[in-house]
Amino acid sequence: MLVSELKPLEELLGYLGEGERVFLLACDGCAEVCGTGGKEGVEKLRPALEEAGHPLTGALVLPFLCNKALVGFRLSRRREEVEAADVVVVASCGVGVQAVAQVLDKPVYPAANTVTMGGLQGVWPSEERCGRCGDCLLYYTGGICPHTACPKGLLHGPCGGSQNGECELEPGRPCGWQRIYDRLEALGRLDLLLEYRPPQDSQKGLDVPLSRRKAPFWALEYLEEE
Amino acid sequence: MRLRERFAKGEFVITCEAGPPKGTDVGPALEEVRKLAPYVHAFNVTDLQSSVLRMSSWALCALIVREGYEPILQMTCRDRNRLALQADLLGAWALGIENVLALTGDYPTLGDHPGARPVFDLDSVQLLATIRSLNDGKDLAGNDLQGAPDFFAGAVVNPGVEPLGPHILKMRLKVKMGAKFFQTQAVYDPDAFLRFVREVEDLKVPVLVGIIPLKSARMARFMNENIAGINVPEGVIAEMERAKTKEERKEVSAEICARIIRKVKPYCQGIHLMPMGWEDLVPAILELAGINP
Repeated sequence: MLVSELKPLEELLGYLGEGERVFLLACDGCAEVCGTGGKEGVEKLRPALEEAGHPLTGALVLPFLCNKALVGFRLSRRREEVEAADVVVVASCGVGVQAVAQVLDKPVYPAANTVTMGGLQGVWPSEERCGRCGDCLLYYTGGICPHTACPKGLLHGPCGGSQNGECELEPGRPCGWQRIYDRLEALGRLDLLLEYRPPQDSQKGLDVPLSRRKAPFWALEYLEEE
Repeated sequence: MRLRERFAKGEFVITCEAGPPKGTDVGPALEEVRKLAPYVHAFNVTDLQSSVLRMSSWALCALIVREGYEPILQMTCRDRNRLALQADLLGAWALGIENVLALTGDYPTLGDHPGARPVFDLDSVQLLATIRSLNDGKDLAGNDLQGAPDFFAGAVVNPGVEPLGPHILKMRLKVKMGAKFFQTQAVYDPDAFLRFVREVEDLKVPVLVGIIPLKSARMARFMNENIAGINVPEGVIAEMERAKTKEERKEVSAEICARIIRKVKPYCQGIHLMPMGWEDLVPAILELAGINP
């Protein structure tokens, strides 16, 4: 189970250019349980986006966005709505956002922060692992998580050990920041790499605060374990 | 004269690497520093270079200050979180250390304690922002400091790395966050360095070109294969191969360094020497390059 919570609305709206059209994708897996995705997520996000002047070209709830093959297949049936949109907003954990970003040539933005993992998760493809930092940066990094794609978890580009697109750790391992650079270059958003990101709050990624354990989805986890 | 004043005056600056000992015996390291002091303006003290355990960089820096010379404190993000980095920075200033070089740091598995937990709580850009914040009298959490430092912060760039694009953007961001000078990875191909200079000349930031004397053809091939951004041209390797004795190799190595320095000199603000044990070669390199410090 990947626990997510919706980002503050101002943060999400800050990603969007004026009047940009949105295709909204919500996960019906863990995110549905958390109230982030599913129908509930769509009902929260649709009016908020529309009121802020971002028409929706479509909205879709899919079970387990972390299943990349399923996502690609199901989105191909909604090609027109997706193509009519300027950006795709994804209400899911960081794995779901990264899986969607892998199958689309469009900017894909996270609507949620993934805070921690409790027990089982959905499909967990190696390329789209989520760092569960609680402060999702996928908007800034072209839908590729810098915490898991870079062994050092750097937030501002590659270290000096990156060479020919490979990481200094071992031959053949791709440099996460080269991947991010290439993706942002393809999206025409290299400007994002000139923005400073302050150090993150590491507590958000460490443990589940007691306050959050009172939430219904957490109680459900415990029920499942018994 | 302090390093920052030399840069402000547009002097051609010469820095040299000094490695802390593996152990407590600082004698040999300080002896090298004393020998080289007439030839260089400041000493970069490495911070557990290649993730190999050594004495703290700030400790040797403080001893260099005591000797009356100027150190540059190299600081990586590998081993300390934001609390420890700030604490060491404040302590360094109190010990008379004014220059800091912000680096990411190699991954621990490359060194002699491969099981060490990597920290990387901050990255090099965030470390520069931290230094700026301390200079402004605030810690990273925004709390007031009782007495603030006034560090002169630098950063590194690797001009030979391919593809260069992401590294150039990061260099721009480093300048934006307070890097006042750059030191580079070793350069053996002046033409590649000139291509890099053209990409960043609008930044108007001083760049010191990295110089590592080659000890042998084998060392050149090893670096080409194992160190990101180092590219020793085949012609240079052949020159080293023709030298048979150690004395001949030193002579040829110094000539190669001097030739590179002469070529890059009009396009940079200084050089950063990394002699790797051949400290005695430094005077000859500088003389052959026509540099009088």
